[in-house]
Amino acid sequence: MYSEKVLDHFMNPRNSGNLEKANGIGEVGNATCGDIMHIKINVEGNIVKDAKFKTFGCAAAIATSSIITEMVKGKTIEEAKQITNKSVAKELDGLPAAKMHCSNLAADALNKAIEDYLKR
Amino acid sequence: MNLIYMDHGATTPVDVEVFEKMKPYFCEMFGNPSSVYSLGQKSKHAIEEARNNIANLLNASSDEIYFTSGGTEANNQAIISYMLANRHKGNHFITSMIEHPAVLETCKYLEKNGFEITLLPVDQYGLVSKAELKNAIKNSTSLVSIMHSNNEIGTIQPIRELVEIAHEAGSAFHTDAVQSMGKILVDVKELGVDLLSASSHKLYGPKGIGCLYIKKKTKIEKFIHGGSQERNLRSGTENVSGIVGFGEAARLAKLNLKSRNDKINNLTKQLQDTIIDNIPDTFVTGHPDCKLPGVLSLCFKYIEGESIILMLDAKGIMASSGSACTSGALEPSHVLRAIGLPHEIAHGSLRLTLGKDNTEKEIKFVANTLIEIVNKLREMSPLFLRGGE
Repeated sequence: MYSEKVLDHFMNPRNSGNLEKANGIGEVGNATCGDIMHIKINVEGNIVKDAKFKTFGCAAAIATSSIITEMVKGKTIEEAKQITNKSVAKELDGLPAAKMHCSNLAADALNKAIEDYLKR
Repeated sequence: MNLIYMDHGATTPVDVEVFEKMKPYFCEMFGNPSSVYSLGQKSKHAIEEARNNIANLLNASSDEIYFTSGGTEANNQAIISYMLANRHKGNHFITSMIEHPAVLETCKYLEKNGFEITLLPVDQYGLVSKAELKNAIKNSTSLVSIMHSNNEIGTIQPIRELVEIAHEAGSAFHTDAVQSMGKILVDVKELGVDLLSASSHKLYGPKGIGCLYIKKKTKIEKFIHGGSQERNLRSGTENVSGIVGFGEAARLAKLNLKSRNDKINNLTKQLQDTIIDNIPDTFVTGHPDCKLPGVLSLCFKYIEGESIILMLDAKGIMASSGSACTSGALEPSHVLRAIGLPHEIAHGSLRLTLGKDNTEKEIKFVANTLIEIVNKLREMSPLFLRGGE
C-alpha cells in the first residue's frame, strides 16, 4: 500500500516536535476530516533555517509532514513557495490514490506558514 | 521477529486438526458428490457428516443447513431470496445501522429494486432497542435482520427478544451470526430465528465456505441457478474440502467452547486492564457485559488508528482499526459513528481480537508495545497538546 520511503518517514519521522524560534506557523485540516498538520518554520535572511511539525493523522499524513520539513530546509522563501502537494507525493515515491486528498496537506500547511512569516 | 496475531475477528488460522481432516479431499477423495460411483459418494458422505456437525453446533436439523461460499453469500441469500419469495406479504425490510457491509450493501440493492428499508439506530453500547423495533415494524414488514454480535465492538444483541417482537408482528427474522458461531453458544431453537448466516473462517475453519440455516417451512427463493445441489436451493459443485473443514471446525468448537473462552476471557481482561491503567484518555467501546469473548475495541484520544496499526505491525503485532473490510477507507467506522462517537475519537480506534492460541507472554508484549506507540504518536499530535491545555 505504501512505498518504502513513506514507511521510513512514518516510522522514523524527521523534525517532529515544537520549534521555539518559529517565525512562521501554518495549520491545516480538521479533526472531523481526519488529518491535522501544524508546520512551524524559522526563517533567517530569506532562508528557511529550520522546520518542525506536529501531525494528527495516518501514516501518509505523518510521512508527508516529515519529508516536507526536510525538503524546505535551506530553501529561500521563493523556492519554498514552489513546493506543492504533488511534489511532496513525488518525493515520497507516490501515495495511494485514496490518501492523496486527505493526507497530503503538507504543502498547504507550509504555504500557510510562509504566509504567516511574510505577514509578520 | 515473533509474529503475534490479534485480529481473529478478521479471520482465524485453520486449526491443524481441521487441516488434517481436509487433506484427503483434495487429491485422494476428490470425487464429485453428484456422481453415483463410490468415489463421488464418499464426498457426498463427508458433506453430510460436516452438515451434521454444523447442525449439532447450532442445535438445528441437518436438513436446515445449506452451504454457501461464505457469510456474505449467506447474508445475501437470506435477505434477497426471502424478500423476493415473500413480496406478497410486504416489501419492507428492517435492519440496524451497525450491520456488516454484507447486509448494508444488500439493503442498497433491495432499495434500488423497489423495496423499502429501515435502518434502526443503536445505543452507546451498540444495542438495538426493542422499542425502536416495535415502532419501526409495520404490516408490510416481511423480514427483520439484526446481527447476532457486532464484528467491531463485539456487542451481543438480545436476539430472542427481538425475534419475539418480529414474530408477533408476523415478520420473519434473520441474524448474521458470522462473528458469534463457534465463539459463544448460538442455538437456533432458543433464539427462535428463521434464518441464520455463518462462516467457517471465523472459527478456525477454511475460508470460502459458510452456511445458511433456514428453518423448516420458511419460504425462500433459489439463489444460484444451475444444478440441483443443496436441495435445489444453491447450485454449483460443492467445495467438498472446505465443507469438511467447516464441519470439523464446528465439531471442535462445540467440544472446546468453554475451555477456549475461559482462557480468552482471562487474557482479554489482563490486556484491557494493563492498557486502561497505563494509557490515559483511552476507553473501551462496546457493551461491558454482553460482548463476544476476545474482543477488545479501544479508542485512544488525540491519535489515529492506522498509525497505531502500522507501528504495531512493525513490531510483529497484527490488529485492526474498526473493521478490516473498511480499513482502506478514509471515513471512520460506521459502527463507531452509530454508537455516538465523534469523528475525531472514532479515528483513534483499535480492535484487538484474541484467539485460542494467544498467550500471556504475548499479552504483556502487546500491552507494553502499545503504551510505547501511543506515547510516540501523541508526542507528534497537535491535538494532544490541546487536550493537555
